[in-house]
Amino acid sequence: MLGVTVRRPATGKPPSRTTSALLRRVVVGILVVLALVLITFSFRKPDDGPVASAESTASSVLRPFTIAGERVAQPFRDVYGWGDSLLTARSDAKQLRAENVALRQQAIQNQFAANENDKLKALLAFRDGPRFPDDYTGLAAAVIARPTGSFAQDVVVAVGSNDGVALDAPVVTQDGFLGRVTRVYTRSARVTLLTDEQLAVSALDVKSGAAGIVKHGRASASTLIFDRVPKKLRVAVGDTIVTAGWRSSKLASLYPRGIPIGRVTSVGQADTDLWKQVQVEPFADFDRVDAVLVLVRKDGQP
Amino acid sequence: MSVGTGVRIGLIVFVVAIMQVSAFSSVSIAGGGPNVLLVTLVAIALLRGAVTGAIAGFAAGLIVDIATLGTLGLTALLLTLAGFWAGRYGETTGRARAHAPLAATLAATLFVELGGYGLHSLLGEPVAARTVLAALPAALTWNAALTYPVFGLVRRLIGATERLERAREVEILV
Repeated sequence: MLGVTVRRPATGKPPSRTTSALLRRVVVGILVVLALVLITFSFRKPDDGPVASAESTASSVLRPFTIAGERVAQPFRDVYGWGDSLLTARSDAKQLRAENVALRQQAIQNQFAANENDKLKALLAFRDGPRFPDDYTGLAAAVIARPTGSFAQDVVVAVGSNDGVALDAPVVTQDGFLGRVTRVYTRSARVTLLTDEQLAVSALDVKSGAAGIVKHGRASASTLIFDRVPKKLRVAVGDTIVTAGWRSSKLASLYPRGIPIGRVTSVGQADTDLWKQVQVEPFADFDRVDAVLVLVRKDGQP
Repeated sequence: MSVGTGVRIGLIVFVVAIMQVSAFSSVSIAGGGPNVLLVTLVAIALLRGAVTGAIAGFAAGLIVDIATLGTLGLTALLLTLAGFWAGRYGETTGRARAHAPLAATLAATLFVELGGYGLHSLLGEPVAARTVLAALPAALTWNAALTYPVFGLVRRLIGATERLERAREVEILV
């Protein structure tokens, strides 16, 4: 029959729409308020206070799990890296052979210059600032966590204040400069990468001595720019850029002198600009950081 | 929802959150990588409803914030809202539609990426919009590709819920 309404037999009492909607709103409301409270506390006092200490404790509890996750993923990353390197092996080998010839010549000249430099320093009783790598020890650490979104450029490493890591400690990989420590807990630390918007490092061109600031690039997340280089100074494609490690009477750079950052890939200048436009390809691969060295001063100073 | 299902959802969220920060986040092809945690959360929310989605999102976000030593509550807020919305979508418009997981995942990815950018900007952290926009196509592609495998796996593990808002009366048309 058309249009006949049949009552379905009741099988238990289903919750009414009003109760269910109210429950939904209450639950999501509580969770949103809780999240906002956590954001407020964490933002206002990121390094001390009850929320920071609770986060520190919780991160220590999670640490074994993140390390285990890292170890599970490592073989897969190795396989991917191996396959990826095969694709570029031929061009890499050609480039490295050419680089090797140039470096061999340069090493001989550098040896002469270094000997002469040592003699002159001894004559002048020259007092120098801390140098890399002689005045630093490197704490090797695995990267145990990475941000989930593209808006954060930092990683978490498995060493903390218990291991001697201090805030603002420079962090490097075997290839070059990576970033600095921006948050320290007892057994872990957060490292902000040089590709982050808020990080910049004073640097110089090894060949010409031109000084400037290296910071994130505009072209892509993994490209850097060598900024604030006056137009009269000379910077050429292929030049190596290292940390400047300057020191004045009261202030000193956070980073020691001589950590390799990258190689110049393009140089330009416009009449209307005050500075040169220099792009730098970093030596460190910011997208695939598995292990780092956190630099700690040998003399114990921060 | 039974205690066993709740425990299973908790375990899934915990394991996937840990794997996301320690393994999946390091995958970067064409400027972006997969957010398996978000895809899993959307699947849980679609299968189990808005309340479960919101709670799972909050827990997952909190784990991510703690593990990455980020601003506590930031990811939790984003994932709570994403889980809640996906759950409501599953309970209403997306009910029994084949494309619901894909549509919900894409919308949640857009929300989390752009919402994350907005929240970081509100907190005064320097964030480049171009970085987020450049990573967005790859993130959407990755997450879309993972949607149905992850959805199928999560459904096998936790099952689908019975709809709470059942019709009390049926009209028979002969």
